[in-house]
Amino acid sequence: MDGKLLMRGTHVLGEAAVRSGCRIYFGYPITPQNELPEYMASAFANLDNATFIQAESELAAINMVIGASVAGARVMTSSSSPGISLKQEGISYLAGMELPAVIVNMMRGGPGLGNIAPAQGDYFQATKGGGHGDYRVIVLAPAYGQEIADMTREAFDLADKYRTPVMILGDGMMGQMMEPVTFPEPIDPSSLPKKEWILDGAKGRQSRIIRSLWLDPPLEEELNWRLVRKYEMISEQIPDQEMYLLDDAEMVVTAYGTAARIAKGGVARAREMGLKVGLFRPKTLWPFPSRPLAALSRNLKQILVFEMSTGQMVEDVRLAVEGRCPVRFYGRPGGVVSTPEEIARVIASNYHRTEPCAHTF
Amino acid sequence: MKGRIEIDRERCKGCGLCITVCPKKQIEIADHLNTKGYYPASFLEEGLSSDDIAKCTGCALCAVTCPDIAIEVYRSEKEGPKEQKDELKEE
Amino acid sequence: MKKIFSRPKSLKDAQFHYCPGCGHSIIHRLVAEVIDELDIRERTIGVPPAGCAVLAYNYFDVDMAEAPHGRAAAVATGIKRVLPDRVVFTYQGDGDIAAIGTAEIIHCANRGERITAIFVNNAVYGMTGGQMAPTTIPGQVTTTSPGGRVPLRDGNPLDLSKMLALAEGSVYIERTSVSSPKGILRTRKALKKAFEVQLQDKGFSLVEILSACPTNWKMSPAQAVRWVDETMTKFFPPQVIKDVA
Repeated sequence: MDGKLLMRGTHVLGEAAVRSGCRIYFGYPITPQNELPEYMASAFANLDNATFIQAESELAAINMVIGASVAGARVMTSSSSPGISLKQEGISYLAGMELPAVIVNMMRGGPGLGNIAPAQGDYFQATKGGGHGDYRVIVLAPAYGQEIADMTREAFDLADKYRTPVMILGDGMMGQMMEPVTFPEPIDPSSLPKKEWILDGAKGRQSRIIRSLWLDPPLEEELNWRLVRKYEMISEQIPDQEMYLLDDAEMVVTAYGTAARIAKGGVARAREMGLKVGLFRPKTLWPFPSRPLAALSRNLKQILVFEMSTGQMVEDVRLAVEGRCPVRFYGRPGGVVSTPEEIARVIASNYHRTEPCAHTF
Repeated sequence: MKGRIEIDRERCKGCGLCITVCPKKQIEIADHLNTKGYYPASFLEEGLSSDDIAKCTGCALCAVTCPDIAIEVYRSEKEGPKEQKDELKEE
Repeated sequence: MKKIFSRPKSLKDAQFHYCPGCGHSIIHRLVAEVIDELDIRERTIGVPPAGCAVLAYNYFDVDMAEAPHGRAAAVATGIKRVLPDRVVFTYQGDGDIAAIGTAEIIHCANRGERITAIFVNNAVYGMTGGQMAPTTIPGQVTTTSPGGRVPLRDGNPLDLSKMLALAEGSVYIERTSVSSPKGILRTRKALKKAFEVQLQDKGFSLVEILSACPTNWKMSPAQAVRWVDETMTKFFPPQVIKDVA
């Protein structure tokens, strides 16, 4: 496959994973990401030494990921919101055992069973731990089909580089949307550098243990600080964002993923109305691009955060802004998908507000 | 002398399982503690010279049973592995 | 005289932290003896449980990876699918394999994963202080069944090994005990066969081993092994449960 291809998001992700050298995938059906395990099953059927397992649950799948990662493979699993909840224990273990893995969440309406429509209610779960213990997961938030392809490659590279789990946070709409995409050159998994820490049998070397249990508190403390140093390094090196029409903006809309696509249309329409508004789109949700946002906030009259939820990323925006300007929030939870016109109206109705923002919860 | 055992006093936790399986009853719990705070097992024929009539046959049931691998077993070359099977048949 | 019994090579020199008379210690030694005998130490990867044996990696001199409680069979699946020519085993207690890990072990067996599962059954949750297990027998007093297990309320003991035998993918399942020298030698034989089944790429194998827990049963080691032989075996008779290897 060469040149631009028109593909749906879930398929793009699957193809990008295969091209990144992923030859082992564990998944479980849940809408709206079923096309991804189906793509992996079909792609792997045509490859040597590729393994697809439809596990008995999302819980089993994440634990198979632990095993495959311990054995040195580039491994991926995917699910949607409730299934990602099931994976949280395993993700905590991946972080504590310092294992690379790629986890894909195509978010849907929640909480509970919710619905199968696109939503962004898992931001906290993704960026603030989700599972138990002091850890972080790198979270990449694509907003375009091309970004899905690029970020999937990046996810595998970052996971290996930092020995840490990486989450690709999409949503139902992104998974289903078809866009033209160009894929990078495929990687042959045997050409990847050999990992010096894996468990492949103690031949010609000491036996190795991969664990996260340290009964002696000072040793467990040491693990925690080691992780913190890693996270600090990651936070220096990888935050990324898209900046759209920010040069003369007095108001900036902040959004990610599908919400940002919609907000971009809203911003463009607001500009036609003569409003000086721009879009700041975080591409990494953890580490959050706090520095550029903080710098931006010094010269703004306000920030409007738009999320397909009741407000989660808005807290990180407020932390980054540190009170320099009011941060207002507009959200549609439950799988409701706004239109660009709606966002333009919201922008317009907020544009001339000057009162400091009194926000609840 | 057909066999003898050596009990590592520091590894032994005094569980007493070796005592229950020794067909010749040549192991008992010692009356002194080891440094871990256990009363270890003790081989009654320890220090016996080969001229004495010893009862231990080197059947190794004690070592097979010992959870802590605290017992090493020595057996005279003349005796074959048949001994152990005989002991097991008595069970 | 010739030394005829000593420590297996696949066991590190560390002293076991297990209680006096605990079956884990015996079973660890047997597994190590089998690994020595089959000469597979350098290509074996083990997955310990959450439970008293969580520190099994301090004893087995092979590569070992921790697994979340109950998930050892899934972690082992991931390892074996990436490295099919290595020998992969799980070592799990009755809570790990027959309570929280039931789905994972059943599907592992059902898929016929070429791994060997070692199931240590001591009818109680040891590490956490003696709570009821799925294999606790009726009337048995534990900290969460202070008046004794009541089938009407708690269900009857679960025979996981018999359940696993129903799966086509499971090829060899045997239940033994380490409560007597005879049982110990039988267990070693069963473990060896279970590993051979994996080496011959035939399917899933499991050995369930009845094991004494003197501390949580509140018995002396001698009483505890007798309890295994006289009482536990009534509900969990040692036998070859399946052998189509």
